[in-house]
Amino acid sequence: MTGQVAVRSSGLVRRFGPRVALDHLDLEVASGEIFVVVGPDGAGKSTLLRVLCGLLEPTEGDAWVLGRSVRQEPEAVRERVGYVPQQFGLYGDLTVWENLRLYADLYHVPRGEFEIRARSLLHEFRLLGVEGRMTAALSGGMKQKLALACALVHQPQVLLLDEPTTGVDPVSRRQFWRTLYELHRRGITLVLTTPYLDEAERASRVAFLHRGRLVACDDPRALRGSLPGGVVELVAEPRARAQSLLRARPDVRGVYVFGDRDRVWYMGSDVGGLRRFLERQGVRVDILRPVPPSLEDVFVARLSSEGA
Amino acid sequence: MSVRRLWTVVRKEVAQLRRDRRTLATMLTLPVVQLILYGYLNNEVLHQPTAVWDPVPSAESRALVAALENTRYFAVRYRVRNLRELERLLDSAHARVGVVVPPDYGPRVRAGRPATILVVVDASDATSARVVLQVAQGLGVRLSQDLQVRSLARRGQRPPPQPVEVRTRAWYNPDLRTQVFIVPGVLGAVMQFVTTFLTLGTIVRERELGTFEQLVATPLRPVELMLGKLVPLVGLAYLNLTFILLVAWGWFGVAAKGSLLLLYVLTFAFFFSSLGLGTLISTVSRTFVQAAQLAQLILLPSILLSGFLFPRESLPPALQYVGLAIPLTYYVTVVRGIFIKGVGLEVLWPQVAALLALGIVVFGAAIVRFQKKLD
Repeated sequence: MTGQVAVRSSGLVRRFGPRVALDHLDLEVASGEIFVVVGPDGAGKSTLLRVLCGLLEPTEGDAWVLGRSVRQEPEAVRERVGYVPQQFGLYGDLTVWENLRLYADLYHVPRGEFEIRARSLLHEFRLLGVEGRMTAALSGGMKQKLALACALVHQPQVLLLDEPTTGVDPVSRRQFWRTLYELHRRGITLVLTTPYLDEAERASRVAFLHRGRLVACDDPRALRGSLPGGVVELVAEPRARAQSLLRARPDVRGVYVFGDRDRVWYMGSDVGGLRRFLERQGVRVDILRPVPPSLEDVFVARLSSEGA
Repeated sequence: MSVRRLWTVVRKEVAQLRRDRRTLATMLTLPVVQLILYGYLNNEVLHQPTAVWDPVPSAESRALVAALENTRYFAVRYRVRNLRELERLLDSAHARVGVVVPPDYGPRVRAGRPATILVVVDASDATSARVVLQVAQGLGVRLSQDLQVRSLARRGQRPPPQPVEVRTRAWYNPDLRTQVFIVPGVLGAVMQFVTTFLTLGTIVRERELGTFEQLVATPLRPVELMLGKLVPLVGLAYLNLTFILLVAWGWFGVAAKGSLLLLYVLTFAFFFSSLGLGTLISTVSRTFVQAAQLAQLILLPSILLSGFLFPRESLPPALQYVGLAIPLTYYVTVVRGIFIKGVGLEVLWPQVAALLALGIVVFGAAIVRFQKKLD
């Protein structure tokens, strides 16, 4: 990390009619980061990226990418970032090579350099040999790699990816992250959105977005450590009774269902006392143990304390 | 504005067009088919089915019926024996004209006494009824004159000179061929269809396919995108024009009296406004279906208000003004001027100026609207 600011927003608001998609967002992404924006559907993730690449104008406030204001110089911003929209946006009736060439020309890549860059991108994404094929005939994974290649052909320093792993199988997903780390190693700043909290663990920093507001923003470890109290995993019978008993205690801030287990946000430190409390009330406790908080615990906890 | 980006869009569009063989084939053949079909559009009122009630046939009444048929406006299909039968034929629309000859027609004409013939017209269609009535009246006048001349001649007298004589000349189309008038108008209308059809999808299809977002995230400017998409379409539209001209000449025998080169040059002004209008529609639409519906708003007035079928002068003033916003209104005048009259820019410049002005307005609107839509 060079400590330089790659992306910054200040008081950023974006409304669609009466709906507030982004609500006074203040963000700062340092150069070279893998910055993951996480949040449920409708949190404003896509809107944020669209504003950052100059596709949407902010309603209030401003954002700067590599020092260029998206409000004042959207053209300059577009020249400097690569953007991969959530929906595949390349032309199915053009060949792989033609798509690459199209985007190289639109970004004014020097003609002499195009050929070399295109070949090295195809090599890097293991697309050599399919460059003459119609894009519509590629597999989903190949299409995604081609979209990435097209977004990189003008060698942007900042890459914006909108939910690149949504609907992608786990193996391809892992491969995709390997590619992202490789880009990260080369010093490219990555800003990507995802609805999956487990992916946020891989980020250098995570921003939680909820209803257009920034709920939390820090590196994953700091976020996990930021949770006051601790998390206790619980398997008990009858489950509903255990939940309501715990919720009634002042030192329990919340009980959340997580698969076949419950996670208890417990402010105290006497887990053994908690077990005795439940058993005294006739609840059979199978598992009750402190676990390290996950990002999901933190997110859910933050949301509940926000009254959301 | 970057020429390189503009050219990039042109190349992309051409590559996509060439691969979409079916659309390309439709685009190239449909206008020709349209010209051939609409080229037979016709506002003449010929061969109206006619019923005649002639209770006492005579040489004179037969001559009358023959004279009716000779005008080509009447085709005598029915001979009836009473008024009821005549009524039934008109009610059922088997006949459009009924002719009643009085029983004493022959003797009266022979004696030089006035005779009256009744011509009944189904006037549901007022326009053709008017024509038929005029022809019938004209025929009556001519028959009377002939009879007078003949009876004077029998008495060895010359007919007196007519107090007023109207001499007519049909300029520009001396043979009064309908197609000389219709085909150039249809040519203009077909070009309006083609250009609208070509541009409808330009922007909205990118939106539907999801390629739009990726495209506008690049430094590409709206003007570059629009012009880049239109350049190949102008080429296609000129190709269409050429095909249509060939069909007009080869099939209908209608060739331009004036300069073809001028027609091609001035057609560019028409393309500018009509392609601009189509692009505007494509820009404001969310889906292709919506664009196609909006296009009806242009195509229907193009047919009705442009003067291509009906003289604009006969429209109510409000509709005449609406017609001024339609490129075809000016283009029809340009095409007819060059085709039928052989006039040049010295006559047609107001139309060209109007087309260019219209083009600037619609293109301006499309670009403004496009930039807003990025939001």
